[in-house]
Amino acid sequence: MAAVKETVDRVKAIDVDAYKYGFVTDIESEKAPKGLNEDIVRFISAKKNEPEWLTEWRLDAFRRWLTMEEPTWARVDYPRIDYQDLYYYSAPKSMDDGPKSLDEVDPELLRTYEKLGIPLREQEILAGVQTSKVAVDAVFDSVSVATTFRAELAKAGVIFCPISEAVHSHPELVKKYLGSVVPVTDNYFATLNSAVFSDGSFVYIPPGVRCPMELSTYFRINERNTGQFERTLIIADAGSYVSYLEGCTAPQRDENQLHAAVVELVTHEDAEIKYSTVQNWYPGDAEGKGGIYNFVTKRGDCRGDRSKISWTQVETGSAITWKYPSCILRGEASRGEFYSIAISNGRQQVDSGTKMIHLGKNTTSRIISKGISAGKSNNTYRGQVSAHRKATGARNFTNCDSLLIGHDCGAHTVPYIESKNASAVFEHEATTSKISEDQLFYCTQRGLSEEEATALIVNGFVRDVLQQLPMEFAVEAQKLIAISLEGSVG
Amino acid sequence: MLEVKNLHVSVGGRKILDGLNLTVKDGEVAAIMGPNGTGKSTLSYVIAGREDYEVEEGEVLLDGVNILEMDATERANAGVFLAFQYPLEIPGVATMTFLKAALNAQARARGQGELQTPDFMKKVREAAGKLGVGQDMLKRPLNVGFSGGEKKRMEILQMALLQPKIGILDETDSGLDIDALRIVADGVNALRAKDRSFLVITHYQRLLDYIKPDTVHVMAKGKIARTGGPELALELEKSGYAAFTGEAA
Repeated sequence: MAAVKETVDRVKAIDVDAYKYGFVTDIESEKAPKGLNEDIVRFISAKKNEPEWLTEWRLDAFRRWLTMEEPTWARVDYPRIDYQDLYYYSAPKSMDDGPKSLDEVDPELLRTYEKLGIPLREQEILAGVQTSKVAVDAVFDSVSVATTFRAELAKAGVIFCPISEAVHSHPELVKKYLGSVVPVTDNYFATLNSAVFSDGSFVYIPPGVRCPMELSTYFRINERNTGQFERTLIIADAGSYVSYLEGCTAPQRDENQLHAAVVELVTHEDAEIKYSTVQNWYPGDAEGKGGIYNFVTKRGDCRGDRSKISWTQVETGSAITWKYPSCILRGEASRGEFYSIAISNGRQQVDSGTKMIHLGKNTTSRIISKGISAGKSNNTYRGQVSAHRKATGARNFTNCDSLLIGHDCGAHTVPYIESKNASAVFEHEATTSKISEDQLFYCTQRGLSEEEATALIVNGFVRDVLQQLPMEFAVEAQKLIAISLEGSVG
Repeated sequence: MLEVKNLHVSVGGRKILDGLNLTVKDGEVAAIMGPNGTGKSTLSYVIAGREDYEVEEGEVLLDGVNILEMDATERANAGVFLAFQYPLEIPGVATMTFLKAALNAQARARGQGELQTPDFMKKVREAAGKLGVGQDMLKRPLNVGFSGGEKKRMEILQMALLQPKIGILDETDSGLDIDALRIVADGVNALRAKDRSFLVITHYQRLLDYIKPDTVHVMAKGKIARTGGPELALELEKSGYAAFTGEAA
């Protein structure tokens, strides 16, 4: 309850439209020239000093991308993006030589992450009040600026580093897995990402290892007119386990910014990856000016038998969200889970959901989606559950609930179910409800303000999903939910 | 003391309360009886501050302050409590969580400190025990899947915890069997105090066997048609409301 109260206090403390993370870091950047062509792709590859195979991989993707059409099937509406009017690479100038330790990291950058509440100094984390350790990889525009606790992780055999570094330090792993879950040809945005991806995190958990701490990547877009194209690759070898958190923010800017990321997860036999996201990109102002276009491809491949991948997402930001974290259930008895809270307010547009592709025998999946629409926003759940003809005994349970606040928002549910195996059992439940005047009156009659009442009701609505988040994240998410809904009452 | 003065209320252009006057003194238990559709529930909603009602004229004074100018939250914090005829369900919010939110909100509004969790739990368990509200019920989402009787007991539990100046019971007896009725009535009686008054809205005399009123008001056609002592309720039980609705016309 303290969280609800605190939330409300925080909501009251900020102005309408005040996006807490909207500040800009004043730092000198080095950018690639505007626009996109083969030279830019080569420029990015050269910046990262990449081996030839990767440069060619990128160029292949770029040539493929030129032949593709931007998808239009999602229930989102935005002006055509001029891909030649964007910067595809931006790095803080001070990163040019590459800091060897945190002491060499530009203090302005450290301050930025401090302001965001992301501690990058290990000794401060160790000395601080934080109860559990979280290793952080901080990605600023196109580069990773710091990765913490690497030494400690290395002792356990865990590799956690920027992907640009993994290309050099673990080329065999990168070469083996990169693009193996989301192929270069997958879709318009993923193909674009393959051509121009700049940085992101790389994680490898060796066989039988339970990662000793939560791993986390924190993405920040700072530069104007710059797209962020990060690439994350996580491999959990046989019998291993890792919990990974992802957070994102961006400055408040009038123009739209593009974020087209690719995340690939691979689990081998008996391995498990738990991937949690709290997405809080700048959503634009109340009239819909500015904000991030978040076009993201996230997919996990349960390659080994009895392996498991679980996606949990709290989506509160972005002007447009186009995102379907999915699971390919290849291994026998493998399991996929998707827990989602998607909140839209103002003029935000969300088209999000998941795909559970059952290929192996006795594979199971579970989808719990909670959509909350307020203001003049539109919120669509789009999900696909399919069973291959060999997927004997496949089971899925889907539950999609939508909650409407006010009269001008929309909620839509678009499920696709496809079964080629007669023994597959798929269940789908969906509800749409409104926070009723009666509920609000009941709560205010007990002394709660309307904001408190709304926060309480919404937190109740999303409880099943919040319970899936790691503790610290759950508290943060609860606060974020109330802040996102600010101004939706009355 | 609660004073309702010349209250005119309409909903969607339809007149519901038509110059209603009512005074409930400190410590008094006033029963309001009357046929269906005569505006009893409207009166309780208007006092508690529900929107959608158009107050055309009149005042509602709580200790001399016109509460019609306050919103529902402020009225609750000023000591108005309404036990709902149909308590609302709040899915996903544990009853204990809800109780704490309400208690803390009122404590803050009155400039008092919030209760520490152990003290709060103790207080709730004590009050819940008296009303036969079990631990499992406190853990369940508020009112979700509760029986009619459980919901009413939960209303009284909230009233016991919030300690209002005026408790309004809107048809609290509806849907209760005789055992549940007794538990609820005992709960209310335990809360009777010199500085707390009650407005007991009911259709039947039955509840008043257990909660003995000081005064009985008969309401008809949007106003108080007759006022008397407990004997008035007994009279109604025999003769019905026809005479009074006639009288009021």
